[in-house]
Amino acid sequence: MPVKGKIEWISGPAVKASGMASAKMYEVTQVGEEKLVGEVIKLTGDIAFVQVYESTSGLRPGEPVIGTGQPLSTTLGPGMIGTIYDGLQRPLDVIAQKAGAFITRGVTANSIPFDKEWEFVPSVKKGDDLEGGSILGTVKETPLIEHRILVPPTAPRSKVKDVVKGGKYKVQEVVVTAEDKSGKKQDLMLYHRWPVRTPRPIRERLDPEIPLLTGQRVLDSFFPMSKGGTGAIPGAFGTGKTVTLHSVAKWADAKVVFHIGCGERGNEMTEVLVEFPELIDPATGRPLMERTILIANVSNMPVAAREASIYTGVTMAEYYRDMGYDTVLVADSTSRWAEALREISGRLEEMPAEEGYPSYLASRLAEFYERAGRADTLGTPARTGSITLIGAVSPAGGDFTEPVTSQTIRFVKNFWALDARLAYSRHYPSINWMSSYSGYIESVSKWWGERVDKEWLSIRNEAYGILQREDALKEIVRLLGPEALPDEEKLILDVARMIQIGFLQQNAYDDTDAYCSPQKQFMMMKMFVQYHREALKAVRNGVPLSKLRGMQVVAPMLRAKFSIKSDELGKLGALSKQMFDEFSSISGVQEVRA
Amino acid sequence: MSKSSSGLEYSKVAEIRGPLLVVDGVERAAFDELVEIEDDSGNRRLARVLETGFGKAVVQVFEGTSGLSVSGTRARFLGKTMQLPVSDQLLGRVFDGLGRPQDGLPEPVAKTFLDVNGAPINPERREYPTDLIQTGVSVIDGMLTLVRGQKLPIFSGAGMPHNMLAAQIARQATVVGEGEEFAVVFAAVGVSHSEASFFQRTLAESGAIRRSILYLNLADDPAIERIITPRVALTAAEYLAFELGMHVLVIITDITNYAEALREISAAREEVPGRKGFPGYLYTDLATNYERAGRIKGKKGSITQMPILSMPSDDVTHPIPDLTGYITEGQIFLGRELFRKGIYPPVYVLSSLSRLMGPALGYVIKQGKARPDHHQVGNQLYNAYARAVELRALAEIVGKSGLTGADLRYLQFGDEFEQKFLNQGYDENRTFEDTHRIAWETLSILPESELTNIKEDFIKQNYVRGKSTG
Repeated sequence: MPVKGKIEWISGPAVKASGMASAKMYEVTQVGEEKLVGEVIKLTGDIAFVQVYESTSGLRPGEPVIGTGQPLSTTLGPGMIGTIYDGLQRPLDVIAQKAGAFITRGVTANSIPFDKEWEFVPSVKKGDDLEGGSILGTVKETPLIEHRILVPPTAPRSKVKDVVKGGKYKVQEVVVTAEDKSGKKQDLMLYHRWPVRTPRPIRERLDPEIPLLTGQRVLDSFFPMSKGGTGAIPGAFGTGKTVTLHSVAKWADAKVVFHIGCGERGNEMTEVLVEFPELIDPATGRPLMERTILIANVSNMPVAAREASIYTGVTMAEYYRDMGYDTVLVADSTSRWAEALREISGRLEEMPAEEGYPSYLASRLAEFYERAGRADTLGTPARTGSITLIGAVSPAGGDFTEPVTSQTIRFVKNFWALDARLAYSRHYPSINWMSSYSGYIESVSKWWGERVDKEWLSIRNEAYGILQREDALKEIVRLLGPEALPDEEKLILDVARMIQIGFLQQNAYDDTDAYCSPQKQFMMMKMFVQYHREALKAVRNGVPLSKLRGMQVVAPMLRAKFSIKSDELGKLGALSKQMFDEFSSISGVQEVRA
Repeated sequence: MSKSSSGLEYSKVAEIRGPLLVVDGVERAAFDELVEIEDDSGNRRLARVLETGFGKAVVQVFEGTSGLSVSGTRARFLGKTMQLPVSDQLLGRVFDGLGRPQDGLPEPVAKTFLDVNGAPINPERREYPTDLIQTGVSVIDGMLTLVRGQKLPIFSGAGMPHNMLAAQIARQATVVGEGEEFAVVFAAVGVSHSEASFFQRTLAESGAIRRSILYLNLADDPAIERIITPRVALTAAEYLAFELGMHVLVIITDITNYAEALREISAAREEVPGRKGFPGYLYTDLATNYERAGRIKGKKGSITQMPILSMPSDDVTHPIPDLTGYITEGQIFLGRELFRKGIYPPVYVLSSLSRLMGPALGYVIKQGKARPDHHQVGNQLYNAYARAVELRALAEIVGKSGLTGADLRYLQFGDEFEQKFLNQGYDENRTFEDTHRIAWETLSILPESELTNIKEDFIKQNYVRGKSTG
């Protein structure tokens, strides 16, 4: 018997209801005559505090509040890929069909289509052993994604009693009947439900040793992410946070990508919707939309649903991980999610901690990032999947010491700091190479060494060393001007600038430059390092810097990112040879003169 | 307690606190419901429910609570949320900050009534903005291209000519090849009489007043009314854009006054403050206004929003510009130093940005509707100017003699960029072609090899030879 109470008090998204003594924490409730979706977030006596996920304008005291007995849950089954959802997993296109261009209240919509028939191919037969997480069969969800139908993770061990023949089925049709030891039957369908605030269980966590390639040079080569890793991108407005996140979402070598627009701009989600179906995944040659799920709870949509949106997203990602896939989830922006927490907390008159944020901000952030990881999944057959979590942070006033940024740093291993000064000089992606760091360099270097080049780590460190030395020298230049430096150090400034323009800067809107393969990244990086080695030799041999600055090869080296495609590595080799030739002709002339 | 024909009447006001009124003996007031307050001499004011429970409601009085007494005030709950009567007859009219006629003419006949709070546009139904607006202002067209359906604020400071720039844009803005004029919705939020009449005069002189609507909440009008003025203006704009198919430019000045009104209410409600005393929901609240810009699939019209805000002490990290920048699609930043140099418009491009410029240009260039070098030239101007500004600072320390020949070229570029490209007349309307001609002339001060942002073909076609050696 669901609990039934009535509204006592309303203030924005927070509603107090009486007669709720049997309500459970985090139970979903229907609020008011319009049955707005709400969630119980505090219970005192028979009073429940309910956060309402839709606008409460026009709601009156005395209206009913009815419990559903269920926690906030996602519906997991085929039909999710390519969809744009709101924070409660309602498809926005279905809402638009029902309610028009503006979002109204009380609209209900199934998360996945219940009338669509899928071609189900069973992979179990009568008598097979089943456990939570086992694969029952597959459905071709999109040309890119084979959707593996899973036994719900908490289901008891059982044996297949009956299984349907391959063919067309709707998600709610029973495809397998299982029977456990006690003889209890269980009907298994193409979908199941899972509460968003409970992490889906796994068998065992694995080390994050495989890089998540994004095709972005500054990330992959200097501050690599690993599959199953965590990272934060903090940056003041105008530093290109969204463009960087979009690039990651576009090019990451993951099977399924989740993009959560959490309190951000509406047009940004539209951009993804327009762009992704037209962009082709370099690995598979298929449109990127066939592997993408969007969650849009933009800034002017109800604030409580914003709080829920990242849980909805990560639960869906866990589901695809459990199929044995690598997934990436980018959340833009976790600061707006934290603000939603703050707003609800304020309405509940909780004692605030720093800057009005609730004291449980840190623990909530930790819980969220802890849902990342690479893991052996439950069930049979054995498989491995991962979730990589990347959260944008929008620090107030660009100040990284504010609570959300400083708390996030504690729980993530990668820190990609966006720098307003770089953005103002149109250095994109404006990731500051001095203040950023990656906790995965060592763990992914094995992969690079085996798959790309055994020199990867040493070349990477040499290139990075040039940038570090430049940073130290810049202090002197600021005080004394560049002429105060000896030639060897001026050369560092020149080469560092070449690396910045020719390697770190990357144009997300250029067809060739938007994605850079790992091989091309390594060859480019090596070319700049070799340029430095050769130039240093030349300088020590007395070649004037002006001569090095006038070298023909510099301009094509700087343009290589645009002019040489990722599959034209031979051209990079030729360019590198041209560089060596020009050096030997310069030094040759020098020797003759000497 | 007594009843009237249009709603319940309550005479019991328990408490008056700043702009808030606590009404007792209310049975079931709806959240957000509109309330009419009558004082002891029969004058009426509008108010809105902020919190409601059995027997008690907290209402916010738009016109302020001055002159109200606990015993002599009556509140009438109107049973609806605040709605604005709209029709095409709004055009050419002047209203107060709550949408009541101020030009001596009668109430316009309403075609329909719309909730002033609006509703979020479903992101799935948004049309991505791609039509370039030619504002006739070089620095905006060339480097911060405005797109129809964009929200692009002007970040300014006290005394700077943000109003002139906004008025110039309102007068000159067109979409090339369409010749269709913008309807202008102007919302004055707590600005002085002279600023408001400047806009009114500009619109009248250019004949644009016939396709304009003005909502005026002036500096001496009630502060709490400012919460509603942008919402009223945007509701009218939504009607013009999405019901009548017009392209609407909404100018709201000054957002800082709006945010301060919000803070006043928050303080009166004794809410836990965020930064600088502003409420924690300032971001969400601003977003509910800014996000009302855009385009919708299958509808002809559009809303382009240009909010103006004066940064307290020119501080861009102040919560109001900071949170605005996170929501809007870029910002036009006016620089104090350029202003002192007498340059108009004093747009400091290094702190400015148009987020929609890149994606929109990518789209229209493919269709042949814009110059193929537009974006690259814009980026090159940025880079070169950034370099020039950096070198100026260096030159101040080490002197010009400490700089190389190439550095001196950059300094010259910086000066010409400010004097010729940036600087233009208040009445000067430059086409995209004019802007690009001046841009190339300025860039040609630098050697060709420095133009690393531009593809070689474009350099060959446009580079003005002889300038970099002269």
